Amino acid sequence: MDRSAIRSDYRRYSSRRRFAFGPVAKRCARGVAGVILFLLIAEFVTRLEIVPPIYLPRVSTVIARLDNLIFNPAFLWDIVATLYAWAIGLIFASVLGVAFGTLIGSSEIAYRMTSPVIEFLRPIPPVAVIPLGMILWGQGLSMKVILVAYATLWPILYNTIYGVHDVDPVALQTGRSFNLGSFAVWRRITLPSAAPFVFTGFRIAASMGLIVIVGTELLASAGSGIGSFILFASSNGGQMDTVLAAATIAGIIGVAVNGSLAAIEQRLFRWHYRHGD
Amino acid sequence: MERKRLLDVRQLSHRYATGHEAIGELTFGVDDGELVSIVGPSGCGKTTLLKSIAGLQKNTGGTVSVDGEPVNDVPKGLAMVFQDYSRSLLPWLRVYANVELPLRYQALGTEERHRRVAQSLEAVGLDAAAHAYPWQLSGGMQQRVAIARALAYQPRLLLMDEPFASVDAQTRADLEDLVRRVRYQFNATILLVTHDIDEAVYLADRVLVLSGSPSRILAEIAVDLPQTRDQITTRADDVFVQLRSRVAQLIRRQPHTEGNLEPTPI
Amino acid sequence: MAVDIDRPPPLALAGRMVQSFAMRYSIGIGLIVAWQIATAHIHSIFFPTPVEILKHAIDLWLSGPAEHLFLSDAVFKDVLPSIGRLLTGWSLAVVFGTVLGVLMGRSRQLFDFADPILQFLRSLPGPALVPIFIILFGTETEMRIILIAFGTVWPVLLNTIDGVRAVDPVQIDTARSFRLPTSALIARTILPAAMPKIVAGAKISLSLAIILMVVSEFVASTNGIGYEILNAQMTLLLTDLWCGILLLALLGFCLNALFGFIEERLLYWHRGLHQRADR
Repeated sequence: MDRSAIRSDYRRYSSRRRFAFGPVAKRCARGVAGVILFLLIAEFVTRLEIVPPIYLPRVSTVIARLDNLIFNPAFLWDIVATLYAWAIGLIFASVLGVAFGTLIGSSEIAYRMTSPVIEFLRPIPPVAVIPLGMILWGQGLSMKVILVAYATLWPILYNTIYGVHDVDPVALQTGRSFNLGSFAVWRRITLPSAAPFVFTGFRIAASMGLIVIVGTELLASAGSGIGSFILFASSNGGQMDTVLAAATIAGIIGVAVNGSLAAIEQRLFRWHYRHGD
Repeated sequence: MERKRLLDVRQLSHRYATGHEAIGELTFGVDDGELVSIVGPSGCGKTTLLKSIAGLQKNTGGTVSVDGEPVNDVPKGLAMVFQDYSRSLLPWLRVYANVELPLRYQALGTEERHRRVAQSLEAVGLDAAAHAYPWQLSGGMQQRVAIARALAYQPRLLLMDEPFASVDAQTRADLEDLVRRVRYQFNATILLVTHDIDEAVYLADRVLVLSGSPSRILAEIAVDLPQTRDQITTRADDVFVQLRSRVAQLIRRQPHTEGNLEPTPI
Repeated sequence: MAVDIDRPPPLALAGRMVQSFAMRYSIGIGLIVAWQIATAHIHSIFFPTPVEILKHAIDLWLSGPAEHLFLSDAVFKDVLPSIGRLLTGWSLAVVFGTVLGVLMGRSRQLFDFADPILQFLRSLPGPALVPIFIILFGTETEMRIILIAFGTVWPVLLNTIDGVRAVDPVQIDTARSFRLPTSALIARTILPAAMPKIVAGAKISLSLAIILMVVSEFVASTNGIGYEILNAQMTLLLTDLWCGILLLALLGFCLNALFGFIEERLLYWHRGLHQRADR
């Protein structure tokens, strides 16, 4: 059998699989319809003015406000500030988390010794540390970065340990039976095998990081960021539309981040998720 | 003696959404009390056929009727034994509960349910394992549980989809004999799909040989062997060997296909 | 005389127990000891020693009368109401998330319609919602419970959808082939099959609920663990602050442990199944 025949068979097979996922357009249409329906209902409810519009403005007002905000340089600067601190904290946590996670996951002894400690420290809510962080490190960028790094370290660390530790032993044995050296085994079996879990940990950490940073900004009344913006706007009464608009934007950013990470995850690790859907 | 026709398949065809035609045109019937085996090359749509008959899948052409009633959704009185027993038995229920589950939604009293479960577990030789979880049992035992579950249901028609493909050869021989035994005990009508030619001939009253996909019936062969069969003597019997080679020759000439690929011409 | 060859001699057994204890707890104990030494050395008001923290914690919460199980008033005023809100909100989230998750998992259309909106709602950072929820629902307990429920429904919902979608088609075919009614299909096939994922979601939700409980008490509240922590911060009572963190750590740990216990009982079959598969 010549190679071209095999390759063309494969291509036919993979294109069939893509087609078999169904008309994507139809599903998108439903999604859009759902959003529109939701907005219409919300508009209707808010027009009823069960709650006075100062407290719960009409959806149309909020949408108009959105427009205002997006072109407001002060707000844009806030967004940048938030995302900047978030990204730095996340990078720190990723480097530390993956490094330590790999070390711990690869060694059975280390794994067993550190598990109880990690299991104890992991559930500590990062928000609890915010007041402490504020006292220790003020209310500036470094405090935010440290807190985000602390909060996002755990999912990444935990998932890396788990991913590295739980590599299929049969796969490892296969590698060794083909006389692959330690590094080759690590690079070609352990790493790819653990990668989906590490990435999932990263994705969870990213979302959690956003929550922590907005929460931090909310409490630390000074400083810049979306959270501070919302706090400021809501304490000056009568600006609910701005508050809601800002929250909406925060939500959209969250969706964008999570959505793109999930899409990357699906593409990179299609082999891992082959059983899904 | 005129036997009632239980299963009537006419011009059944199935084409997937991708355009691949799994089943070409199949017409056959199964009479009350018969054991019919269907054998064919891999990928010829045997499982698709069973699923269409069971009403689990809508076929794109042709009709299926069970006991005169056309099949749209799963008909009453039908039970199916799947190849992958580990995925068909519910792992959170013990063996007894697994066998009992389908009976809970029939209008039977508690006593009748218990009786049926006990009877079928005994028939397959697993009355001692009633309190175990399926995953604590060996492969052969798990498939027996699946068979017991089907039998307790007392179906009009029992469909078996390559039921012994996932067990080892010794267990397969035991399970084949089990099927022949309980068939008479429970008066079951069985349609069994397999890729194992020997098994098809050994078990059945009639063998249907399928072509490669899109599948058609290549031959309907009546198995002229005595009702009492034995793994060693029957398989050495001249009639058996003859029938077996006839089926093998028919199948050998067929192309094999895997998955959704178009069959490659040889 | 029959010798039990399987049981090791008592000395070896004791040795093994010591070894396993050392494995599990040496790092933890080591860290605490190091922490004590470091903080005692630094003498900073920002970093009280663990011993001081512990003493103060006992003072705060365990100095009550015997008939109250030695729990002080602070426990009844702050800790228990907080935990109550937490558990109420979380339970609501689990119930609602599971029900909606099953519906969305089963129906592709419903999922396509609702998913974009739900993705958006779930990405709203919980803390940012606090001002909004205060305006909508006031500053009482209901607001906090709704906030917790709203924030924690997502892991349960998403995991349930995941779990329901991933139910083995062979199991569903089996249920259908026996003509199980839809209620039985869901209750006896889909839910148990999806249970591992649902439980995982509920566990994540639990941790999330603690976070939201604390955050909801940071703003406009008069009692609760979060309130006390914030209070301590504003009045610079550092040891109180550390005690609050300790309490939250303990709370998180205990709730997770309790949940793990329930999880073990619920998913006994799942572990057995996978242990077998891994052999």
